[in-house]
Amino acid sequence: MRGRTHAPWAVCAAAAVLVAAGCGGGGESSGAVLSASWGDPQNPLEPANTNEVQGGKVLSMIFRGLKQYDPETAEAKDMLAEKIETSDSRNFRITVKDGWTFSNGEKVTARSFVDAWNYGASAENNQKNAYFFQYIEGYDKTHPDSGRQRADTLSGLEVVDDLTFTVRLSQKFSSFPDTLGYAAFVPLPRAFFDDHDAWLEKPVGNGPYAVESYTKGAQLTLRTWQDYPGPDKARNDGVDLRVYTDTNTAYTDLLARNLDLVDDVPASQLKNVDTDLEGRYINTPAGIIQTLAFPYYDKNWDRKGMEKVRKGLSRAIDREQITETIFRRTRTPATDWTSPVLGEEGGYRAGLCGDACEYDPEAAKKLVEEGGGLPGGQVRITYNADTGSHREWVDALCNSVNNALGDDKACVGNPIGTFADFRSQITDRNMSGPFRAGWQMDYPLIQNFLQPLYYTDASSNDGKWSNARFDRLVDEANAETDTAAAIEKFQQAEEVVRDDMAAIPLWYQNGSAGYSERLSDVSLNPFSIPVYDRIQVS
Amino acid sequence: MGRYVVRRLLQMIPVFIGATLLIFLMVNVMGDPVAGLCGDRECDPATAARLRHDFGLDQPVWQQYLTYMGNVFTGDFGTAFNGQPVTELMASAFPVTIRLTVVAILFEIVIGIVLGVVTGLRRGRPVDTGVLLVTLVVISVPTFVTGLLLQLLLGVEWEWIKPSVSTGARLDELIVPGLVLASVSLAYVTRLTRTSIAENTRADYVRTAVAKGLPRRRVITRHLLRNSLIPVVTFIGTDIGALMGGAIVTERIFNIHGVGYQLYQGILRQNTQTVVGFVTVLVLVFLVANLLVDLLYAVLDPRIRYV
Repeated sequence: MRGRTHAPWAVCAAAAVLVAAGCGGGGESSGAVLSASWGDPQNPLEPANTNEVQGGKVLSMIFRGLKQYDPETAEAKDMLAEKIETSDSRNFRITVKDGWTFSNGEKVTARSFVDAWNYGASAENNQKNAYFFQYIEGYDKTHPDSGRQRADTLSGLEVVDDLTFTVRLSQKFSSFPDTLGYAAFVPLPRAFFDDHDAWLEKPVGNGPYAVESYTKGAQLTLRTWQDYPGPDKARNDGVDLRVYTDTNTAYTDLLARNLDLVDDVPASQLKNVDTDLEGRYINTPAGIIQTLAFPYYDKNWDRKGMEKVRKGLSRAIDREQITETIFRRTRTPATDWTSPVLGEEGGYRAGLCGDACEYDPEAAKKLVEEGGGLPGGQVRITYNADTGSHREWVDALCNSVNNALGDDKACVGNPIGTFADFRSQITDRNMSGPFRAGWQMDYPLIQNFLQPLYYTDASSNDGKWSNARFDRLVDEANAETDTAAAIEKFQQAEEVVRDDMAAIPLWYQNGSAGYSERLSDVSLNPFSIPVYDRIQVS
Repeated sequence: MGRYVVRRLLQMIPVFIGATLLIFLMVNVMGDPVAGLCGDRECDPATAARLRHDFGLDQPVWQQYLTYMGNVFTGDFGTAFNGQPVTELMASAFPVTIRLTVVAILFEIVIGIVLGVVTGLRRGRPVDTGVLLVTLVVISVPTFVTGLLLQLLLGVEWEWIKPSVSTGARLDELIVPGLVLASVSLAYVTRLTRTSIAENTRADYVRTAVAKGLPRRRVITRHLLRNSLIPVVTFIGTDIGALMGGAIVTERIFNIHGVGYQLYQGILRQNTQTVVGFVTVLVLVFLVANLLVDLLYAVLDPRIRYV
C-alpha cells in the first residue's frame, strides 16, 4: 500500500525536474480504484447499529465475521470460525481461526467477539440491532424491555482461551451458527471501545478493505488492505464510495463515465437501461419480499371468514402484469413467503401459495363475496410515498383489484408522506386496512422469513397476526438439530401462514446494478450489495 | 438611521420566534421519528425509549421547544440521527449553498439587469420582443426540467461539464447549477428592470439630464438606472433567502451537498434538530437580507430617509 502510493510521487518528482509540469491532477484516479454510488448511512457506522443497506455496504467491506454468506449460493461458510461445535443446539463452543488481525495490527481473538457482542446487547449503547443477541442467555438482563439494565455483559458468553469462547442460548436454536454471518456479529478491535469517537471518524475492521478517509455525508475512501489474511482478498486497489443526493444523478454520472458503479438503478431509468449501458447491467434475485400485511388488531380483519376475503384480494392481483410493466422484471411474482435466494435446500418452495397467488378475477370476486365482502366496502392500502416507487405499484394493484371485483371504489391507495411517519402509524396500530410490508432478510435462512414476521408479538409482526399452531411449529423447528428436518417444520409453519393468508405475498425483489466499461466481474450478493472485492478494474 | 436599524432588529425577534415555533410544531406533527430508524420493523421498546429520551422526544412539545431554543442561544443545535452535530452539518452545507447562491445572484445581476436595460431602452424592437419571449419560456418551464435537460446535454451528450458536482463544490463546477437555479429569477429581474427603465425614461429628471447635455452613458447609469433599480434590488434581496432555501431541486439534480440536500434528508428522516436548525439559520438570513435591502433604498434614492 505505502509503496504503491509513493511510486507516482517519485515519478512526478522526476518528471517535474524535466518538464516542470504539475502532477496533481492525475493522482486521484491512479491505480485500479473504482468509484461507486452511496447514500448517507442513517445511523453511526457501528456494526450492531447498522440496519440499512448503505451502512451495510461499508461493513461488508471492512469486516469479516465468523461466517460469510456465499455471494452466489447464500450458503453460510466458515470465515473466521475454525469450528462451531454443539451437542444440544443450545450450548455452542466456537473456535476462532488463528492468524487473523485487524487492519491496525491487533490480533482477532475470542475476546474481540465477546466484547463486541456484549457491547451490542447492552441497552445503554442504544444499538438498534441489539435484538440479534436476544437468543443468548442473559439478554433479558442486559437489555430489559423497560427500566435500567441489570447486567453489563451477557451471562451466556464466556471466553475459554485466546481463541475459544462458548455461547449458551436461552432456548434451542439449531441454525444459530448460520446467523453468525450477519454484520452485528463481527469482532471489534479495542480501539472501538477505547476511543469510540476516533473509531467512528475512521472505522477499523478486519475485512479486505481499510478506511483511508471518511468525510461524513460526502465520501468514504477505502483502499485494499494488502496484509489481509482472508481468502477473499480484493481484486482491485480500492473503492471510493460517493454519497449521491439522488439515484438519478448517480445514474447520469455513470452515463457520463464519471462514476463506475451504480447499485440502485432508478425505476424511471429501467426502460433505457439496455440501450444506455449496452449489457453492463445486472438484475439478480435478492433476499427481499414485498407483501401486503393486515391489521389483525382491527376486528373487521380478524373476524372468521376474512381469510377468504384476503385470498380473494390476493387472486385479484395481476402480479405478472405489474412486475412486467411497472418494475420491468426487477421483481418476480411471489408464490411463497420466502425468497428464491434460499434455494430449494434452504426452504424456498415455488408454488407453495398455490391457487391463492394466481390471478383469477372470477374466483377473486367469488371469494370476497363468500367471505362477507370487503370491510366497509373498500380497502385502503397504506404505504409511504417518499421512496421506492411505491405509489406506482399501489395504484396498479388497486386498478387490478377494482377491475377484478368490478367496483371502481373497491381499492384505493392511502399514501403517507414519510417512511418515519408510516412506521410510527404502524407501531401505534393505526392501520385500518392492508398496508405495505417489505422484508429484507438479515441472514439467508427460512427462519428469518417466518419467525420475525409471523410469530406472536415478533419484532416485525406489524399486523399482530397470531396463530398457536404456527408458533408451535416454529418452536419445534428451532429445536430440531437436523437442518433438513428443521426446514420441513418451517415449511409446515409456512403452510399455516398460507391457509390463513396472514399476509398477501406480492413479489420477490431483485437487486440491480449498472457499471462502466472499466469494470468486470460485477455481481450482487443476496443482500443486493455489490461484491466489491471481486470486481476487476481495467 | 441608527434608530431605524435598532427598531428593525427588535422587530426581528417576534418574527424569529414565531417562525421557529411554527417549524418546530410542523416537524413534530409529522409523528414519531424514532419509528423510522429501525427499518421495516418495530424498534425494540427499550432502545426506542432510550433514543426518545436522548433526543428529548419524551418531553411535551413546549418543553422541547424551550430546551431547544435555550440550546440554540448557546450555539448547540443538537445532534442528527447519524450522530453528527447539526453545527457540523451546517459547517459543511452552508459554504456550498452560499457559493451556489452567489453564483446565481451574480447571474441575476449581470445578465438580468443588462438584458433589462437593453430591452427597456429598445421597447418594441426585435431585441425586446425576442428577450421577452425567451423570459416567458424560462418562467414557464419548471426548474427541474431545465436542470435535467442541461445536465443531460452538457454533461452526457456533449461532455462539456461533469454532470455532478464534486464534494468540494468548486466555483467553476457551480456555473451551470447556478445558472439553472437563477434562471427563473433571472427572467423576472429582466422583466422588472425593463418595465422600470421604460417608465423612468419618460421621467422629468431624465429629460433634464438629457437637456443638460450629459453623455447618454452617464444619463443611463447615474440617473436612469439608479432610480430604476429600487424594485429590482427588493426582488434580488428577498430572492437571496429563497435561493438558499429553495435550492432543494437544483441541489438534488446536480448532487450538491448543500442546505437543500440536508433539509430534504432531514425532512425524510423527520429529524427535528436538523430541519429546525437549518430553517432557523435561513430565517435569519432572510431577515438580515430584507433589512439590508431596505437600507440600500436610502443609498439608491436619496429622497428616502429613515428616522
